[in-house]
Amino acid sequence: MTNSPLTPGIVPGRLPAAAYAANFADHTPPLDGHEARVAADRCYFCHDAPCITACPTAIDIPLFIRQIATGTPEAAATTIWTQNILGGMCARVCPTETLCEEACVREAAEGKPVEIGQLQRFATDVAMAKGLHPFERAAATGKRVAVVGAGPAGLACAHRLAMHGHDVVVLERRAKAGGLNEYGIASYKAAGGFAQKEVDWLLSIGGIEIRTGVELGRDVTLDQLKADYDAVFLGIGLAGVNALRAAGEDLPGVRDAVDFIAELRQTADLSTLPVGRDVVVIGGGMTAVDAAVQSKLLGAENVTIVYRRGREKMSASGHEQDHAVQSGVRIIHNAAPAKVIGDGHATAVEFAYTQDGPNGLTLSSETFTLKADQVFKAIGQTLTGAPDGLAVSGGKLAGPSAKVWVGGDCAAGGEDLTVTAVAEGRDAAEAIHAALSGR
Amino acid sequence: MANLSADFIGIKSPNPFWLASAPPTDKKYNVERAFEAGWGGVVWKTLGSEGPPVVNVNGPRYGAIWGADRRLLGLNNIELITDRPLAVNLQEIKEVKRKWRDRALVISLMVPCDEDSWKDILHRIEDTEADGVELNFGCPHGMAERGMGSAVGQVPEYIEMVTRWVKKHSRMPCIVKLTPNISDIRKPAEAAKRGGADAVSLINTINSITSVNLDSFSPEPMIDGKGTHGGYCGPAVKPIAMNMVAEIARSAETRGLPISGIGGITTWRDAAEFMALGAGNVQVCTAAMTYGFKIVQEMISGLSQYLDEKEIGLSDLVGRAVPNVTDWQYLNLNYVAKAHINQDDCIKCGRCYAACEDTSHQAISMSPERVFEVMDDECVACNLCVNVCPVDNCITMVPMAKGTVDPRTGATVGDYANWTTHPNNPSVQAAE
Repeated sequence: MTNSPLTPGIVPGRLPAAAYAANFADHTPPLDGHEARVAADRCYFCHDAPCITACPTAIDIPLFIRQIATGTPEAAATTIWTQNILGGMCARVCPTETLCEEACVREAAEGKPVEIGQLQRFATDVAMAKGLHPFERAAATGKRVAVVGAGPAGLACAHRLAMHGHDVVVLERRAKAGGLNEYGIASYKAAGGFAQKEVDWLLSIGGIEIRTGVELGRDVTLDQLKADYDAVFLGIGLAGVNALRAAGEDLPGVRDAVDFIAELRQTADLSTLPVGRDVVVIGGGMTAVDAAVQSKLLGAENVTIVYRRGREKMSASGHEQDHAVQSGVRIIHNAAPAKVIGDGHATAVEFAYTQDGPNGLTLSSETFTLKADQVFKAIGQTLTGAPDGLAVSGGKLAGPSAKVWVGGDCAAGGEDLTVTAVAEGRDAAEAIHAALSGR
Repeated sequence: MANLSADFIGIKSPNPFWLASAPPTDKKYNVERAFEAGWGGVVWKTLGSEGPPVVNVNGPRYGAIWGADRRLLGLNNIELITDRPLAVNLQEIKEVKRKWRDRALVISLMVPCDEDSWKDILHRIEDTEADGVELNFGCPHGMAERGMGSAVGQVPEYIEMVTRWVKKHSRMPCIVKLTPNISDIRKPAEAAKRGGADAVSLINTINSITSVNLDSFSPEPMIDGKGTHGGYCGPAVKPIAMNMVAEIARSAETRGLPISGIGGITTWRDAAEFMALGAGNVQVCTAAMTYGFKIVQEMISGLSQYLDEKEIGLSDLVGRAVPNVTDWQYLNLNYVAKAHINQDDCIKCGRCYAACEDTSHQAISMSPERVFEVMDDECVACNLCVNVCPVDNCITMVPMAKGTVDPRTGATVGDYANWTTHPNNPSVQAAE
């Protein structure tokens, strides 16, 4: 391969072969046993601990850390999984600095919280490596539940339903289960094929059948599911992508960031994955950061995130923004795309500066242009493909109706986080179980 | 910089920090390293009778317990007295003393409980020019099974007898080292004084099992599947040692008997506390075994700074807290304090709440916003919240002024009054 970061256009193999493995290795290496003991020592075992309250799945964090500190990480993992069956992935992708670790009293005391995420990963890694799955199915109930979407919400729902003795069929439109864990998260956050390992581990409880390549609305209707099953859970995510509504956005070279991230995750040899020399990412969330950082790691020379509002409004956490900047990504705030420029292919993007005032965002006449042979759109996802007849609130599914429960990113309420999806899936399963048990 | 030079029963040293008789003082090499690091004196590891040296186990000699971050809190050991030939020890002691004239060098001794054995060993050490002897009546493991060490120290009559022999056959200053494995530490101290001891040193180590191996079901340290009790030392024993020092310092029978304080001394502050309770100097072992000899430099600088700040001399410190050590019955029952939580320092961990609510007096309230406040009408000032709070000085005990009303009891805070005159005291009523 003769390409380099300076090669114009969207080309593969910009880096020496060895660089890919290094760039996409585990972003935050796991704690070893000694490091975990030292980190666990710092937990104060707070009363009614604020970290538990801050966790959308309400993991008993002080208890699992004490279990690590006393040499029983297996018990710690059970504590974690009891609340959050995808505790391994959440330990890797949760924005802990805005959740449990922000609430940690040692953050208040010293500005250095207990490393809760890393400790959670330690415990779940140890237990998974030992092949432990500390849950068993209850006696079969004879009830059948359809779960649509094998993402975090659907998987959490399916596992909890299986535990209660129900038979679960999970319908997934893509080729693999995992949802955003498999298709939507930067590769270095879930290195080593962790998403699929975790799915396999989760399914080992039994009673869950995954049917991939089945899409709601195309291959099956909600009415059919309601007729065929005792209950239906919809965890269909947000499959639509917002448009830029800027001229030239259909030019070749302009692409949805989520597609790029998904393709990257499914590419075995990253040296074959093309990336631009000058990459512009439009948006301010985790997707924007993941697309930008991974473009840089693939060897793009210049990568710029442009966000239409100020830094404090970015939905990517401060930690994520820092990570982007440290990776060599430039972040420009308060600028919105005016048009994508190019003759047959994107070559640049013109931006207008913005003012975020009391009457909303206004564009200034002041503009600037960034070279761009590749443009990623990461300005949010929307609900598409939802069956008719379901209540919608704020663009999302509003809540349960007859025989149908909802959860995850497609559902109203809560942040669009993996951990929130797990909580919603789990809680929906409990509600379904209560309904099916006649309670 | 305060003058730290100390004169303990006529034995002079540039500072009051001695290394206790223990593994660190077993040979010339270590002792010279200690002196180079700045230690004021050493008590050479215990010598036994002439003859084949004792043997030690060839497996682990030490067990331990740890606090957070594996900080060593307590150590126990099953090592015996020196296992090197007597002649080698005597030659090295002589060489060291000649080279380090300004440092204190005391020899610890442990021989069988007969007059000839003691007479013999005292004659053998005579020309080492050592500054004194310390009688090891303390070690609770191994040698005690052979009628020595704590087997002597647990019988006051033996202590008195052997001390008399030593004073009879030697002109050296004599320190009697006491075992804490006894119900009343004052009795052996009194016996030592009757026998003519110039001083006592305490505590020796405490009988202990530090841990049990839950796979092999053996106590640790484990020797081929078995364990035995060892002598416990280190920071964990300091409170026990300080009480024993204070008991001797304040007892009418032993008041004024010089004390060399031993037991978990790790910092200058620990040393100062022992001295305030009546110790004329201190001996250190576990801290040196944990961190090396260099710690003495912190002890020297810290004690100097403290004395300078207090504008007192070293001898002014010795015994300064003794008058304030009293019996429970003389404590002021009209002293009323209340816990106070400084909200600016509070990190909202809730440990005070859990401790008070679950195990004490339900005197701390918790708001939905995690604000923790003391309810004065419930607080008995037990101090548990202070002890469990992870932030130093966040919770303090605030005394109530005389004349104010305690909202818990409704009683007005009055003048000093103690149990001896309290109406609930049966013996007071009996006297009426």
